[in-house]
Amino acid sequence: MSVRRLASEQPESFVFTPENLAWAEKQITKFPEGKQASAVISILWRIQEQQGWVSEPAIRWVGEFLDMPYIRVLEVATFYTMFLLAPVGKKAHIQVCGTTPCMLRGANKLIDLCRERIHPEPFHPSADGMLSWEEVECLGACVNAPMAQIVPDTYEDLTVESLGKLLDDIEAGRPIKPGPQIDRHHSAPVGGFKALTSPELYDGSMVGQGVGLQAAREAIAARAAAAEEAARAAAEPKPAETPAAPAVKAQAEADKEKVPNQVKQNVPASDPAVRPDAGKKE
Amino acid sequence: MLSDKDRIFTNIYGHHDWGLQGALKRGSWDGTKTILEAGRDWIVDQMKASGLRGRGGAGFPTGLKWSFMPKQNDGRPHYLVVNADESEPGTCKDREILRHDPHHLVEGCLIAGFAMGAHAAYIYVRGEFIREREHLQAAIDQAYEARLIGKNNVHGWDMDVYVAHGAGAYICGEETALLESLEGKKGQPRLKPPFPANVGLYGCPTTVNNVESIAVAPTILRRGPSWFSSIGRPNNVGTKLFGISGHVNTPCIVEEAMGIPFKELIEKHGGGIRGGWDNLKAIIPGGASCPIIPADQCEDLIMDFDGTRAVKSSFGTAGVLVMDKSTDVVRAITRIAYFFKHESCGQCTPCREGTGWMWRVLERMSRGEAEKREIDMLLQVTTQVEGHTICALGDAAAWPIQGLIRHFRHEIEERIDLYSRNPKPVERQMMEAAE
Repeated sequence: MSVRRLASEQPESFVFTPENLAWAEKQITKFPEGKQASAVISILWRIQEQQGWVSEPAIRWVGEFLDMPYIRVLEVATFYTMFLLAPVGKKAHIQVCGTTPCMLRGANKLIDLCRERIHPEPFHPSADGMLSWEEVECLGACVNAPMAQIVPDTYEDLTVESLGKLLDDIEAGRPIKPGPQIDRHHSAPVGGFKALTSPELYDGSMVGQGVGLQAAREAIAARAAAAEEAARAAAEPKPAETPAAPAVKAQAEADKEKVPNQVKQNVPASDPAVRPDAGKKE
Repeated sequence: MLSDKDRIFTNIYGHHDWGLQGALKRGSWDGTKTILEAGRDWIVDQMKASGLRGRGGAGFPTGLKWSFMPKQNDGRPHYLVVNADESEPGTCKDREILRHDPHHLVEGCLIAGFAMGAHAAYIYVRGEFIREREHLQAAIDQAYEARLIGKNNVHGWDMDVYVAHGAGAYICGEETALLESLEGKKGQPRLKPPFPANVGLYGCPTTVNNVESIAVAPTILRRGPSWFSSIGRPNNVGTKLFGISGHVNTPCIVEEAMGIPFKELIEKHGGGIRGGWDNLKAIIPGGASCPIIPADQCEDLIMDFDGTRAVKSSFGTAGVLVMDKSTDVVRAITRIAYFFKHESCGQCTPCREGTGWMWRVLERMSRGEAEKREIDMLLQVTTQVEGHTICALGDAAAWPIQGLIRHFRHEIEERIDLYSRNPKPVERQMMEAAE
């Protein structure tokens, strides 16, 4: 695990912008009532987007906002390594992937370049305060190795030259192009596609072809017939006129109780109202 | 080679519209209502019959997993959680699904949710996938807009799909750590039992599935389980997204049949090994935690669960990492050991202390600054970490090192010999204790 501490110098206070506050309130609604703590990562991330890093007053603010103990938010902020606990370069913080797949394709040279151009140590802003860098663990673009992320975009298939050019462009304020920095289409092989070249995949002729759907229709018909049979047997003289209700609707009705937010989430699972079977075994 | 018409992810390279209109034209959301009408048990039976094994690395049969969800409702909501916390070095397949073919996943959430009685799905995307999560959210919004999902949708099964995200913790790919993270805590795995199917998210029945497992489900049901199970070998069926990285001429992602020979995969899609087949040194077949396979065993290697197991490795997520003869294999594994040291959550002592210890020893060994008896000591310590932790991260950290010693012990010994003949004071790297 990695050891992460809060920065020694902290701002006085933290305030969310009104837009971000509205956004944060919306995040809470994704989760069941009483489970607002689930939004902690996304709110901390939005804080980092707003102020560039996660400060101690911001962590306290999140604790109050989500009704969580301060220590729980602090745990989250220090556990997840994407949260920057101290200010970084103002223009860009370059996260170079150094894990084996990128290392095999030359990530160490990229890191050397960052040491040379930005600062010998990771997380330290450059002399003008504009850039900083760090070596991160696998960023999940291994077929485009070596790569780096400058939040929110990734820059892939890098060389020392192309990373150097990226740094030049960032310093000069020129726009930079995300994605592969060589002539390549996302994760497809260099030099053109070797799969997915058939035009009929894309002209709509794949729609309605499934034999599985036919089987599904047969299953529905068989069940409807069985239901009809049962209904006929139950009400002997009167033939069942009403067709069997669609199975889906029936299941939806039966499971209506399960719709989240209708169930009181703040009642513990041990409550007999929630778990009628709880305690019976004892 | 798999023909194009048998490929499930037809926009994996993102060369067509990833939005709803493009997805509809490629066959997504086709007959979804019919599938749901066929019923929950029918869907689970079809998934079982298809032989789909989970694509997240462990290879657990997906249909069986779905069937573990309680049939009777005890008052608690059911949840579907999709594991999009793809962080295993060498693996980058889910990223392509999320950003280029997201409707497969959204449709899969509806079908899987219905099959397990869940009305809410949470897709937990790793924090670094920022653009990917924007695409996914846009696709979900389109599906809500078209009333394909949501309350009172055209399919008759209320289903809410939410995107949640992490912030850079590999361990959150472990299902119970993911649930902890989703609840707003540190991602430290839970003890099992109770299993998530009984006590999962917020203490409710939950199924956690990999992105690829959920995203292939609609197509399997549409085209029928016999189509899917006709591809590949028994017990290892279907199509699979392979990622080819490392020292090949054209690294790429490609969907291929399970059981494709390694050589064919590399020649057809990877453009061959850099410097020719004879230049191959070793491969890691399915992400960093899989033991290394030396070149002589790659000759006839079959890329599926059983094929890789036959050479004492594992299939993992099919992210193949190729190493040619220029590779310093000890350094490569040392870097993997560092990765696991960095990503250990710190909960269990054998893993927290062991991963750091193993990395520090390997760091010395990769410079030759070690004694030969330490190789056996290292091997012995890996067995003390393996199997003695709550989750499989301890095992995952041990296996690559065991693989290295099994196949490349001579390289470590040569390096030790070289160093002891001419011990140069090398600048020691800071070896801080694993705190």
